[in-house]
Amino acid sequence: MSTLSDNRLHADPEIERFEPSARVDRALQTAEQAKRATTIYERSVPGRRAFTPPAAGVPERPLDELLPARLRRAEGPKLPEIAEPEIVRHYVRLSTRNFHLDEGFYPLGSCTMKHNPKLHERVAALPGYARLHPLSDPRRAQGALQLMHELQGALAEIAGLPHVSLQPSAGSHGELLGVLLTRAYHEDRGQHRTKVLTPDTAHGTNPATVTMAGYEVVKVETAPDGGVDIDDLRAKADEDVACLMLTNPNTLGVFDRNISEIASIVHGVGATLYYDGANLNAVVGVSRPGDMGFDIVHFNLHKTFTQPHGGGGPGSGPIAVSDRMEPYLPRPQVVRRDDGSYDLDHDRPKSIGRLRGFQGNFGTFVRSYAYIRSLGAEGLKEMSETAVLNANYLLALLKRRGVAEYLPVAYDRLCMHEFVLSGAPAKRQLGVKTLDIAKRLLDHGVHPPTVYFPLLVDEALLVEPTETETKETLDHFADVVAALLEEAERDPDIARNAPYTTPVRRLDEAGAAKRPVIRQPL
Amino acid sequence: MSRYTSATDADRTAMLEAIGVSSVDELFADIPAELRLGRDLDLPAGLSEQEVYTLLRDIAARNVSAEEEVSFLGAGMYDHYVPALVESIILRSEFLTPYTPYQPEVSQGSLQVMFEYQTAISELTGLPVSNASVYEGPSAVGAAGYVAKLANRRTRFVASRALHPHARETLETMSHGYGTSVTEVPLRDGATDVEALREAVDEDTAAVFVQQPNFLGAVEDLEAIAPVAKETGALLVVHCDPLPLALLKTPGECGADIAVGEGQSLGNRLDFGGPSFGFFAATEALLRRMPGRISGETVDVDGRRGFVLTLQTREQHIRREKATSNICTAQALNALAGVIYLSWLGRRGIVELAELMIQRTAYARERLAGLEGVRLVHEQPVVREFAVALDAPVERVIDRCFAEGVNPGFPLVHDYPEIENGLLVAITEQRTREDIDRLAGVLGAAVRESRTTPSPLAMASVDGERAD
Repeated sequence: MSTLSDNRLHADPEIERFEPSARVDRALQTAEQAKRATTIYERSVPGRRAFTPPAAGVPERPLDELLPARLRRAEGPKLPEIAEPEIVRHYVRLSTRNFHLDEGFYPLGSCTMKHNPKLHERVAALPGYARLHPLSDPRRAQGALQLMHELQGALAEIAGLPHVSLQPSAGSHGELLGVLLTRAYHEDRGQHRTKVLTPDTAHGTNPATVTMAGYEVVKVETAPDGGVDIDDLRAKADEDVACLMLTNPNTLGVFDRNISEIASIVHGVGATLYYDGANLNAVVGVSRPGDMGFDIVHFNLHKTFTQPHGGGGPGSGPIAVSDRMEPYLPRPQVVRRDDGSYDLDHDRPKSIGRLRGFQGNFGTFVRSYAYIRSLGAEGLKEMSETAVLNANYLLALLKRRGVAEYLPVAYDRLCMHEFVLSGAPAKRQLGVKTLDIAKRLLDHGVHPPTVYFPLLVDEALLVEPTETETKETLDHFADVVAALLEEAERDPDIARNAPYTTPVRRLDEAGAAKRPVIRQPL
Repeated sequence: MSRYTSATDADRTAMLEAIGVSSVDELFADIPAELRLGRDLDLPAGLSEQEVYTLLRDIAARNVSAEEEVSFLGAGMYDHYVPALVESIILRSEFLTPYTPYQPEVSQGSLQVMFEYQTAISELTGLPVSNASVYEGPSAVGAAGYVAKLANRRTRFVASRALHPHARETLETMSHGYGTSVTEVPLRDGATDVEALREAVDEDTAAVFVQQPNFLGAVEDLEAIAPVAKETGALLVVHCDPLPLALLKTPGECGADIAVGEGQSLGNRLDFGGPSFGFFAATEALLRRMPGRISGETVDVDGRRGFVLTLQTREQHIRREKATSNICTAQALNALAGVIYLSWLGRRGIVELAELMIQRTAYARERLAGLEGVRLVHEQPVVREFAVALDAPVERVIDRCFAEGVNPGFPLVHDYPEIENGLLVAITEQRTREDIDRLAGVLGAAVRESRTTPSPLAMASVDGERAD
């Protein structure tokens, strides 16, 4: 098993070994490639501008009268001076240096990189939503509150848990809310528990969240079949345990068949059972966390419900809870009054309070609501079924193409919506690490899977194709991986020095961390 | 087959055969029968694209947005003009659809944007290091509290009563997890009472939180606050509004350790409260304690300039339970909108915009203060927002203004009951002199009439207001 220090989720685990490569002839570079990246600040020329202020239109008073000089900054912020055409060119050119989902296959495990319907951007931009102030009187925001209330209802039905808060801004924010609710629940019963259990397959956010919520993290081992080690759980579940946080299917892509037993062990010691919804895309309309015994579920609207990832946000992490957790949900809650009107309920005496400003990332609610209404009950189930079909098909293809010799599946059973390969044999037999495979994939126009996660699997590749990919795309990916391994058999250096065709090649991450340059000197 | 999946019946058959099972159902064999839903979800049937559009349009029509009224509502989010180029760029697939830049070779666009954004936030706040965004303003305050707690191992937070009520409440919520407590410092003449602050700060104070300009619009004297706040070794955290910072002495210059704030006013829509972004800047000493992503400059194997996610050993995916924060997905696209907007405003434009706001706000403040039954809550300097108190029930007055198509501002009665019938009024560059004159006319009349008779809206039934 890998240790903490030699793991970098999605990143280079051996950044210390940065060696400039001699393989690419500099003379082959085009002038465009050789050109140094320029920032917007370096394009600035004194006197240029894009913004023209409107006339004040009011009698102007001396600034000193309105804001004494001692409160004013001596020099304004050194923002760029640049006209609109060059701002547009700068950012459009920068954009072309990104790989993105609309360009090609993006099987980044645990991130659910599914197609983002274009309709969603159109409806989210309707002025009735986009220009609606968050502190509008609820009587004048009935549409927004209705949409939120109906989204709450839909998420409750999908989770199999009756109460929903839309407030959290991302999955880890939802986790934090879940653990804080757990704390409030136990304290309300006069109990002071100290520990939260997480399996060793957990997302990094789980342990970080647990600490922020004031609990100690206790790891539960994984059994040989990829599920929770029941004996270890039984040994660790005691009256000090506040909660068990679980992902099901878990980050190995495996559905835990013992979930009912796990739930009864956890509930038996009075703890709550928390569902990390990162992998919900596998089971919508098929099985519900509430029916499995979970008390709290968080959703990632930017995964399952296709809010675009935006290069790292915005996301949204609503949670659904059981009746016993309801009193502690954050303020305000969107409610429907007896007269049929919608309102924000601030009068919640046992609430843990606010988790953020206003009512949550409303724009993401509009997109996810549109998605749920587009797919409907049948479409949502088909979504999960196709995601699981695609994952199993890709896994079968990879096995058939002989890939398994170098990249065996970590847990050889039917997977759910994603699966884990181990690059350990490739590393041992070919001298090609998972990182090298990932980098060589870039030259094939494919985004690599998540690498070096889960930590439990040596040289892991976590592959999640999602339901929106075609059979041809999956075939192509399997071909590429097979070809890449054949290439490595002949000449491992090709992968070791990849990529070659990207806007930049391997970057000196160690140097960046050692001497951090994190802003433009001006 | 839904319109977002492609698997035909023929595809399915071929794929199932390759897997070696006879039905999709078999793929779910690991899920015990008693845990299968065994029925359709109780949700409406799917709709065509045009039907969904119409549905969403009709729901939107039940809101009264800033498009349809003359709004002076602010209190943390503001109706600024968003230039067209922002939307045009952030809707590009290249920025809209990738994930966090874990593969830097194919993410230079996003990574360089982060670097440029960090530079802009550093310039605005006068602090040397910025991360690439957090969720939004109030949760950024909570995140700053965690940094302070980890930095000095103390357990008390001291917060000005003029810190945004949502930020104070978020800090309170988070304190349950952090094992900290929050003490509030009262106001004097609309600004943080520095003498009361001196009394509140002790040896166990981890951080002091103030807001600039504060929730009531007043510009705080940060230079007077900083030495008092930091006397015992506590960190000073300033929750600040980015546009007024074009004119104001920066938190960095005044001695703040951390500056956080709500980024919505920088090129982001109101969106009923989000998504926007939060910014987080700090002193060099706190660099390795920062939450969230940070982009750093480096070179590739061929010596070309490039950018990577850096200092990742702070983060949850590496440091796990010892991380400086649990944040993973933040608000990259909104931060992109922010840096495009700031580049559009430019070095001179941002100052001109702030000066425009200060002039129009001064005009509005004078006009309103001249109305019968309206007085200023404080006379501190202001930039974009100010508070008045009315001689009539504020919510009744607001209802009367609604009837005239004017939203006069945010009622302070719930958050600041000590200010009788308080109203917080925000003036962005979108509110012209004519709009302000209209507000003065409508508000003056509404105050007069509300002293005697109840509001028209309060008498109308709620059902009558609804579109269905």
